This record gives sequence, structure tokens and C-alpha cells, in this order.
Amino acid sequence: MENTVKFNRVSPKKIEEMEKISQMQGISQNDDGYVKTIVKRFLKDKVAVVGLFFFLLLIIMAIFANQIAPYDPAKIVGSFESAPSKDFLLGTDEVGRDVLSRLIYGARVSLVVGVLSVLIYSVIGTTLGLLSGFIGGFWDAAIMRLTEVFMSFPYFMVILVIVSLVGPSIWTVTFVIGLLGWPMLCRLVRGEVMKLKNADYVQAAIASGYNTFQILFKHIFPNVLSLILVNMTFGVATSIITEASLSFLGVGVQPPTASWGNMMSNAQSLTVLSTEYWRWLPAGLMILIAVLSVNFFGDGLRRAIEGETR
Amino acid sequence: MTELIQIKDLKVHYPIRSGFFNRVTDYVYAVDGVNFTIEKGKTYGLVGESGSGKSTIGKAIVGLEKTTSGQILYDGKDVTKRSARHAIGYNKDVQMIFQDAMSSLNPKKRVIDIIAEPIRNFERLSDQEEKKKVKSLLDIVGMPEDALYKYPHEFSGGQRQRLGVARAVATNPKLIVADEPVSALDLSVQAQVLNFMKRIQEEYGLSYLFISHDLGVVKYMCDTIAIMTKGRFVEIGTREEIYTNPQHIYTKRLLSAIPKIDVAHRKEHMETRRKVDQEYHTLQKEYYDEAGRVYDLQTLNATHQVALRNVESEGV
Repeated sequence: MENTVKFNRVSPKKIEEMEKISQMQGISQNDDGYVKTIVKRFLKDKVAVVGLFFFLLLIIMAIFANQIAPYDPAKIVGSFESAPSKDFLLGTDEVGRDVLSRLIYGARVSLVVGVLSVLIYSVIGTTLGLLSGFIGGFWDAAIMRLTEVFMSFPYFMVILVIVSLVGPSIWTVTFVIGLLGWPMLCRLVRGEVMKLKNADYVQAAIASGYNTFQILFKHIFPNVLSLILVNMTFGVATSIITEASLSFLGVGVQPPTASWGNMMSNAQSLTVLSTEYWRWLPAGLMILIAVLSVNFFGDGLRRAIEGETR
Repeated sequence: MTELIQIKDLKVHYPIRSGFFNRVTDYVYAVDGVNFTIEKGKTYGLVGESGSGKSTIGKAIVGLEKTTSGQILYDGKDVTKRSARHAIGYNKDVQMIFQDAMSSLNPKKRVIDIIAEPIRNFERLSDQEEKKKVKSLLDIVGMPEDALYKYPHEFSGGQRQRLGVARAVATNPKLIVADEPVSALDLSVQAQVLNFMKRIQEEYGLSYLFISHDLGVVKYMCDTIAIMTKGRFVEIGTREEIYTNPQHIYTKRLLSAIPKIDVAHRKEHMETRRKVDQEYHTLQKEYYDEAGRVYDLQTLNATHQVALRNVESEGV
């Protein structure tokens, strides 16, 4: 095309000259990609790095549980309700299973439920939110009515009913939390998209002839990503707590599979609470650590993505 | 004297919905029958008060606003439909500069990505070629090349608007619609951005449609000026014709509102202003029809058109 050839008004020579000058002056040719800049910014945030460290520790613990754990978590290996000792670092529970081993295996349950359920609902919520906000009109109305229907269910009751219908297992809990959790995120994303849709840079992209999907993914999605990530990390924490509560109520993960929630539910009696601290304190601490580390990590990630843009 | 874009009887109406069933009860006549021709290499000014529909015309030309009726002809082809624009690469040839430079630049993207964006849609360039092109664009608007990997928030308002200009020029367009490009900037920076725009026009021979309410800026930039009110043109003419020989009462009133720095003749200025204002009120019926609508344009000479009921009766 004639236009494209004609374009280079600034001669290549001049650009080479400019490059030389900038090298001499030491102007940064800082060609970090988008991801690299974010990683750099994230690593400066100490609290977030600590959060990530603990989160990774939990993941490693969950993956290599069978190598790390000293005993089989479901087997009776010692006398029941014995206090922490050299053989059983965190003591044993009411039937003589090793608490430390159960704690390590419990990380698997909590992380699967926490991470997988959030992945499920954030995919649903983000997709519907983007469509709803950007397309508007009939689809927006339809999706919003659907979220209202979902949000008007008492969350915990629905989980209890479905779990009791399908039968309690780690997968039911995961999918039920995943399929019920999306409306909140969907509404958040929709609101943000509606705000961004009218921004001039989106208009500029439309004026440059980009189509709807290119605009959604190149302009709008990166700008709602931080919002989604924050919501996801809080979601992981909430899911871990929900799983713990369900197991505590006896409709979550079933014994003899260990989860932090059912470990705590086994320690309900007053005598256990007051005299056998090793049966509930470690599990409670693990939930606390998991939730806190995910939250710190997510918060740091958001700050890194948003940068100094405010 | 080659025509680039011809606008024929363009109308943009927005429905007003109200009532229980959300029925269309009335329309806002944002643009109501506008005819206009844009020639190659010239600058056109579109002046009017807020809400007169000047931005709507600009957006309709770029394709950001759906037209109700009328045609926008580019190379003799109607480009009011998206598919038609796509087929002839219209979006490559017509670009836009926005008023709010900050909001027109994606805060999550680096300058190189922002400026290269329009290019990426139309050409396949290697990373090196693209980088060179963006560098040359930055050079054209007087920005140092270390701006390449910075984010929009790291620049001042004037610099951001220059980035906006660079992006608009990136595809080497034939027309740039500039929607109040400098009204958010302070005066010294305004001049700077305007001068860059003028220089680009000289180099590339492109046309501008300059939308503004600042008569000083328009006088500095434009060859032909169209005055607009209530969605219709009241007067079109060359810069000299509009500023020295305004025919429509609305134009006269608008021009008399320009502040003059001339303390010695302060009283006289005030009197002329009063006179024009009085004239506006007494002669309103002559210039607007019963519904308050502006008349159709009557041709005075090859370049000068005014919206009058009847040219002869006004004694021109």
C-alpha cells in the first residue's frame, strides 16, 4: 500500500542516531514486559512475599503429604488422646491417630476445596459479568435476574440440602461452593465493565476498528483483572472456612479422611477444649495461616497490578 | 480541491423513553439535518455551545455514534454501517483525538502499546519495525524516546495529549476528528499541542475536523468554520467571512462574546455587546422559525452559507 511505504518521515538514520544518543546518556531501554513489571513490583512488597511463601509451603505440604507425614492419617498408630511426645509431635486423637499426619493430609482437602471452587466460580462470574456489562440490553437484564435468584437463596441451607442429596464428599463440597459463589463476582465485574465501557480509550479502540471481543480482552479485562484477583483470594479464604464449617457440621469431608474442619469438629467437647489443646489448636492455626497468607498474597498482587496508577 | 468526506442530511436522534412500558415518547434532536463537505488537506472548525451536537457529528463521522438517517460518503461510499467501514478500511483513514487525554489512554498499557494499537489492527509489523515506527511517531510530537516504556500516569496533561495525537497519526490517516483536543489544557500547553498538530498537517497533508467552543483556537487553526446550534448549522464560511462578515444573528452574538483586552475602549465594547444582544432578542423571529428551529442554509457565495428564511428580504 502506498500509505505504508510513505510513512517513515523520520529517516532510519535519525532513529539510529537517537538510539546512540540515548545509549550514551544511559536512558533506560527498560523493555520489561507487562508480566515482568508486575513481578518486580510484587517482590518489593514484603508482606505479600511472606504471604506467598506460606501459601507455597501449604501447597508443597499438600502435594508431598505422603512423604512428609510420619504416619498414615487414617490408621490407629498409638494410644488414644496422648499428649504431644517425641513419637507423636502433636499427640494423637480420640482413636489414636497421629494429629500431625492428619494435619498435613488435611491441607490437601482445604486447598482443593479452596482453590478449585474459587476457580470455578470466578470463571463463571467473570464471563457472565463481562458479557452482561459490555453487551447490555436483554442479556444484561437476563443475567442480572439470574444473579438475583441465586443471591436470594440462603447460601448455607442450599449447600446443606445439596450435600445431603448428592452425598457428602470433597468434590460435592467443591462444586457446590463453586456453582453458588459466582453472583457476587458477576455483579462486581459488571459494574466495573459498565464504567470502563465509556472510557475514551475504549472508544478509541472502537474507532480503530477493533471488534467487541478484542476490546473486551485487550482493554476491559486487564482493567478488571485486579478486582477479580482480589475477589478470588478472599474467595479462597472463604471457601476454606466454608469447608471447615461444613465438615464441622458433619456434612463436609467424611471421616476417616482428614480435613482441618472435621478435626476441629471432633474436638467439640468441653473436656477436649480445656485439656487437650493439641487436638484443636493446630487445626485452627492452619486455617488461620492459610486464610491470612492467601489474603496477603492477593492484596499484594492487586497492588502490583494496579501499580502507581491509582 | 478533492473531496474527502461528504455528509448528506445527517441526523442523529436519541429516543427519550418514559412511562411504565418504557415507550419512546420523544426524541432529542442532537444532530438534525446537516450537510457538509470535507476536502483534503484542510482544517474545518465546528463551533457551538455545549449540547449543540458538535461532538455528536464528530463521533458519527468516526463511527462511534449510530446515525438515524442521512449519509456519510467516503470516496463515494456510504460508511454509516459498520460492515461498510470495515470493508474499505475506513477506520484506518479516519482517526480521533479526544478531549480528556488521561481517559483516552489505557492506564494499564505502556506508551508503545498504546500508540502501536491502531497500527496492529491494520498492519503486521515485526517488533523491531513497530518499535521504530512508534519512535518516529514520538519524535513527530516532540516526545523523548524513553517515553516508550512508561505508563500514561507518568506524563503531564500536555504530554498525554501529544501521545493522543501520536496515536491518531499512527495509521497515517486522511482525516483526524479532534474533539476539543486542547480545552482541558492550560494556554501555553494549548499552543504547543496546536503547533504540533499544524506541523503534522503540513507534513502529512491530512484534514482536521476541529470541534471546539474556543473561538480563539478555531481562528488560529481553521480554514473553514461552521457555526452550530440546536443540532443544525447556522453559518458556514471561510475564517475571514465568519470573523469579519458574520450574517446570522447567532454568529454575531457568539463573536461579540469574545473578551477583548482593550481597556481604553471598554465602554464601547460593552455597548456593542449590548446592541448585539438586543438585536438577537428583537430579530429572533427573523432567524428562527416558529418552533425555534434554524432555517435551511442559503448560499451567499461559493464558500459562505447562512441559515436564513429568505436571502433577498434580508438585503444582503
